[in-house]
Amino acid sequence: MMKVGVLAFQGAVREHINMLKMAGVYPIPVKKEEELNDVDALILPGGESTVIGKFLRETGLGKIIVEKAQNGMPIWGTCAGMILLAKKIVNEDYVHLGLMDIWVRRNAYGSQLDSFIVRKVVPAVSEKPLELVFIRAPYAEKASPDVEVLLELDGKIVAARQGNLLATAFHPEVTGDPSFHKYFLDIVCTN
Amino acid sequence: MQEKNLMDTNAHPDRYSLNKNLAEMLKGGVIMDVTTPEQARIAEEAGAVAVMALERVPADIRKQGGVARMSDPKIIKAIKQAVSIPVMAKCRIGHFVEAQILEAIGVDFIDESEVLTPADEFCHIDKKKFKVPFVCGARDLGEALRRIAEGAAMIRTKGEAGTGNVVEAVRHIRTINAQIRKLQNMPREELISVAKEMGAPYELVLYVAEHGRLPVVNFAAGGVATPADAALLMQLGCDGVFVGSGIFKSENPEKRARAIVKAVAHYDDPEILAEVSEDLGEPMPGLELDRLDSRYAERGW
Repeated sequence: MMKVGVLAFQGAVREHINMLKMAGVYPIPVKKEEELNDVDALILPGGESTVIGKFLRETGLGKIIVEKAQNGMPIWGTCAGMILLAKKIVNEDYVHLGLMDIWVRRNAYGSQLDSFIVRKVVPAVSEKPLELVFIRAPYAEKASPDVEVLLELDGKIVAARQGNLLATAFHPEVTGDPSFHKYFLDIVCTN
Repeated sequence: MQEKNLMDTNAHPDRYSLNKNLAEMLKGGVIMDVTTPEQARIAEEAGAVAVMALERVPADIRKQGGVARMSDPKIIKAIKQAVSIPVMAKCRIGHFVEAQILEAIGVDFIDESEVLTPADEFCHIDKKKFKVPFVCGARDLGEALRRIAEGAAMIRTKGEAGTGNVVEAVRHIRTINAQIRKLQNMPREELISVAKEMGAPYELVLYVAEHGRLPVVNFAAGGVATPADAALLMQLGCDGVFVGSGIFKSENPEKRARAIVKAVAHYDDPEILAEVSEDLGEPMPGLELDRLDSRYAERGW
């Protein structure tokens, strides 16, 4: 059975785990190297990127994730996870994993009062409109040509794929709709 | 979804779900009280998931006495400027104008808090009228569900703030857990009479009985002083931890803040807990509860 890890230091871990169970795979919360070595793919959940990034550095898990990603392990970052994946964070002099060729802006829409929900069709993922939940969300201002943009919102990239890497600025894990999780699992299967 | 229907009366569609989910994103994190931009930066650097912007931490409010009110908006704005993580601020129980002011300056979360002197002994704030999310304290399940019915997107134990004594927070989370377990084992027809006894809406009682948990996250707060305190409350089932006076009233705030952040993420790993508990310097001075002049947890209902 396919094992999918959810990085479990902080954030919406429970939600991803529930969705993975719904999608019929075996979820593993990951905080340690042994756990990371046991999974076929990894989800970086929503939460605070500064906090999760700090744990990635301090535990050394970040370096191992980078190696695994370069060897083709599928990784999906939602919201904070998108920031963790980015090669460039606008207005900051640091990056976390630095894996994906996207230029990400943190808290791009403002404070919690500017958080919002939209319903859109994401053609690569589903024919029906999906609920897209943006919570103090980032977006990508630009991406390199080999990044496949899955969805733009007002000219900003909010869902993108680059080979084995997937990033969404919104939170499919809180909607109860497993479409995005199924899309990610298809990437894992064809890997 | 049960809780979604309940919130149909909300003044702003989608808001309750967005606000509840912001609280979900804070799970496994530590929210720290800070009184200056400098402290806010230390907290963020140490791995705080959010900060609570205040004029005085609860230990000082307790010492100085008098009426404790919402902080000067100038301080809150300066703290907002200093960090990129969510910024929370406190208003008095029932003081909906303080809440309006905090919403106007764009805080990410309002704590309708018993640490400040209550403005209304009869009514809490009608939180559904607001766009901004609220967190409220609770000592038991009935109190938690009343606050959720009013629109709270997050619950925390009341504990006994400013004491460095974790005993009340433990009592509150154990009480809520025991009440939830009891509901789960009840036949449905008894739930309505429990709702009556608890003074909580039936739909929310039903939700808890069916799901075995509150419909919103439940954090620990009030009296957390050490990494072990934080991990204790996490092992008892809290989703995350507020630390008030415990950090900046201790000898080495930066080190203690880092240690508590690690303790919350690794709350079930005694080896890591031992490592982070080492050489932290003096914790904040603790207070025995029977020596207190006023019990903050008894404020609000």
